[in-house]
Amino acid sequence: MNHTRITAIALCAFGAMPALAEVESDEPIIIVQNNWTSQLVLSNVLGQMLESKGYTVEYTPSDSQLQFSALANGDMHVQVEAWEGSMKAAFEKGLEDGMVDAGTHDAVTREEWWIPNYVLEVCPKAGTWEGLNACADIFKTAETSPKGRFLGPPADWGKNYAARIEALNMDFVAINVGQAATLWAELQSAYDREEPIVLFNWTPNFIESKFEGQFVDFPEPEPACFEDKAWGPNPDATGDCGAPSSAWLKKAAWSGMAEEWPGAWSVVEKMNVNNAQIARAALLVDVDGMSQEDAATQWISENQDLVDSWLK
Amino acid sequence: MSQPFQMPRFLAAPRLLSPRLSLAQVPLIWQFAVIIALGLALSALWGGALRWPEAWVIPMRGWITRFFEWLGEDAGIGSYKVRDLTRFLADLLDQPLTWAEYLLYRGIRPLDLPPLPWVSIVLGAAILGHWVGGWRLALFSASCLLYLAVFGLWRDGMRTLTIVIVAVPFAVSIGLWLGIWAVRSRRVAAVVSPMFDLMQATPHMAYLVPVVILFGFGQVPALIATVIFAMPPMARCVILALQTVPPEITEAGTMSGCTPRQLLWKVQIPAGKRILMLGVNQVVMQTLAMVVIASLVGATGLGQQLLTSLQQLKLGAAVEQGLGIVMIAIVLDRVTQAWANRPTDYAARGRSWRFRHRHALAFGAALIVSFALAALFKEASVLPKRLTVTFGTQMDEAVRWFAKVSYDYIQPVRDFITVEMLIPLRDFCLAVPWVVVVGLVGAAGLRLGGRGTALLCMGLVLGIVLFGFWEPAVLTVYLVFSAVVICVCIGLPIGIWASRSPRVARPVMAICDTLQTFPSFIYLIPVIMLLKVGDLSNIVAILAYATVPSIRYTYLGLRRIPDVTIEAAIANGATPRQRLFKVELPVALPEIMLGLNQTIMMALSMVAITALIGSRDLGQEIYRALPTADTGRGILAGLSIAAIGIVADRLIQGWANKRKKHLGVG
Repeated sequence: MNHTRITAIALCAFGAMPALAEVESDEPIIIVQNNWTSQLVLSNVLGQMLESKGYTVEYTPSDSQLQFSALANGDMHVQVEAWEGSMKAAFEKGLEDGMVDAGTHDAVTREEWWIPNYVLEVCPKAGTWEGLNACADIFKTAETSPKGRFLGPPADWGKNYAARIEALNMDFVAINVGQAATLWAELQSAYDREEPIVLFNWTPNFIESKFEGQFVDFPEPEPACFEDKAWGPNPDATGDCGAPSSAWLKKAAWSGMAEEWPGAWSVVEKMNVNNAQIARAALLVDVDGMSQEDAATQWISENQDLVDSWLK
Repeated sequence: MSQPFQMPRFLAAPRLLSPRLSLAQVPLIWQFAVIIALGLALSALWGGALRWPEAWVIPMRGWITRFFEWLGEDAGIGSYKVRDLTRFLADLLDQPLTWAEYLLYRGIRPLDLPPLPWVSIVLGAAILGHWVGGWRLALFSASCLLYLAVFGLWRDGMRTLTIVIVAVPFAVSIGLWLGIWAVRSRRVAAVVSPMFDLMQATPHMAYLVPVVILFGFGQVPALIATVIFAMPPMARCVILALQTVPPEITEAGTMSGCTPRQLLWKVQIPAGKRILMLGVNQVVMQTLAMVVIASLVGATGLGQQLLTSLQQLKLGAAVEQGLGIVMIAIVLDRVTQAWANRPTDYAARGRSWRFRHRHALAFGAALIVSFALAALFKEASVLPKRLTVTFGTQMDEAVRWFAKVSYDYIQPVRDFITVEMLIPLRDFCLAVPWVVVVGLVGAAGLRLGGRGTALLCMGLVLGIVLFGFWEPAVLTVYLVFSAVVICVCIGLPIGIWASRSPRVARPVMAICDTLQTFPSFIYLIPVIMLLKVGDLSNIVAILAYATVPSIRYTYLGLRRIPDVTIEAAIANGATPRQRLFKVELPVALPEIMLGLNQTIMMALSMVAITALIGSRDLGQEIYRALPTADTGRGILAGLSIAAIGIVADRLIQGWANKRKKHLGVG
């Protein structure tokens, strides 16, 4: 018994040698993981790509704001999804502290008020902010009555919806949740009962593959919106506009990465996904019920040409 | 079992006697009326008495934040920086972690040594169980670990186990050392004891921010945060154990010529073993309670997976992961307890070497067999997904179905309670000027405890005001007060019911154990689905956790009443009702009050977790401090929660002591 085992180990060790010899450093590359699906799958995609080149990879979970200081001082090494809408300030702070911008994905992101489609049956014009505001009544709850309730993101996600509601004179009250899961629990419960609800949502994420709905259009923001009172629907207020409808999605890395693992750095730099590919990654887990590791393997085999071009 | 959170017992207060009229002779209600009238008058004259002016807030928060930034970045002597020291410490702690990782799930990659196959760990658990506690424990441990494998939680379970098996010995040895030191030196005891009170009253999450600033992200900071939280109960138990060793035993040790070292390790510590093991049990429980929270600073494993599942609205998966944590907790608890109570194996004496080492031999055999199996069949190293089961989707469906069906009945009740009761209560709480609160707390403290209590309580409340946390603190008190009232209304009757019949007691206690070990994050999702975001959701989520001590201590208190007392009551012709209200409840009062105390502590610690639903209380302040690395905000909000807990504790204990004297019990 023992003998076979040792032989097996020795064989494995020899088999692995050549692959390991190729890479510049055996130090593990630490990939940041956040708590939403597409990020988890894409970080596994990157991890599996790097492992196929012989690098050692580790995954470390992190908070979406704190991760950038960890990337700046080298505690973690690479992040595949940095969102303009909710992370812009922390991202820019990270750049100042020595983090590196590793390029922008083709995918665009959006964070805005969102309604399930059945709301349109009772309020056909709810797709725009004026139309939505006209039916504010159907969104009211016991606490917010007579105004409608807008279920907003956690207070520190860099958005002040109470200010926007005021600037646009809307009949809504923003109730902020403590975390994203709370938003989805409310949405699930309302969706099952077809109760009108308007809440904060973003794309790409898994919600679009599970729930049918759309974003509410607000005036597209321009710098003038936040400086010039005269700009926008309300002549007496600044901030009377929405969030950008196509915001960037970037990768971020530790500044020492290019030096420590040049081969890995080139893969990170080349990696580039679009909205459909991100949605597909999320769907494999959220709808098909795969584990994030299996989903990443599946995603790679579906996009083999693309992946090969990054690995070159 | 949760360790009673005991504040140092308040010493008997000197009576305040003035020559003319003693303040103590004025009925409390009149004192209160005068304070309220004066406070309202003052706040009518000066707005600052209602809301402390923003400009006058002591900027302690910014100072603390900057201090920690400085400590983490620049502090040091010459070229040696604090940063280097913390990094060195982190590297040191990383060693045992890395070895545990190698062993449990990673394998040594450069040598291509695989990790222990799951079969060997399950068999190992069974052998360990048999060694310390016989066949029943063997079966039990193995099936708990088998659960992890069968439900596809193996790798994450091992990640969690890695931190736990490193954190527990650390916390136990630091606690042991601090406890012994505190027993030997009065000065150390004077510093350490109140510090432990404070540490335990501060919610877990408040520790995370400074740990992140000093130690960064990852397994090691998670380990440190866990040890900090899990250590105080151990130290407390050590102090208690050494102090309660009967003097005869110590004397016998001294007479037989023990050196001080021998006296401690060979006499006193074995004599206090039972209490010491309670400490170990507490360390294990607290370590596992930290599993989910530690994943916020980079711990991998079941805790992280659980939060991710919740984020993806996979409640069923989260429940299975939560149960995984409970399984690990139960196995560790049972095994350590059985090990402590293990009788000396007299049967083994004089038997062969092979018999005496049968467990070690069996484990060796299990290792060889499982490695061989793993080399032949991949299934034996990690169970592949197709062989695992999950009831996640079914559970999700069930919860959604229940939410949909019951919503129409729950909705009106929710609206009524929220609009008619909670919102008015909240507005009322917010409208009370802080001067009135300081005055009332002072008057109550003076009457119930004495001058020391009064000054302490007033100081703590004033601190919350001066550091600018008044409004979140009021909202916290409002939520906790509402929750505690309901907890007691539910817990007291259930406790009484359980104490009447062992048939009821057994399932009730089992449910209590599960509720407390189960990660409380999971309760949040169904609560939100049924009750929407709002104060009622917060309160109900707190209830699920904080009712437990109220039930448990009522039950224990009633069970501990001597039979003679009850027989005397029956002999005197008391009706069952009279027996309960005139005899049993008064006699059990100290325990019931301790239960109330614990309920408040639990509710306060849940506040940081219900912040995820959405609130504006201190819990939210703590939760928000983490992503922004605002150490001052986190620490001060955490201390404010501790302050509220201490004030409540002192007032309740004072009242209970008075009451006991009045009834002539205790």
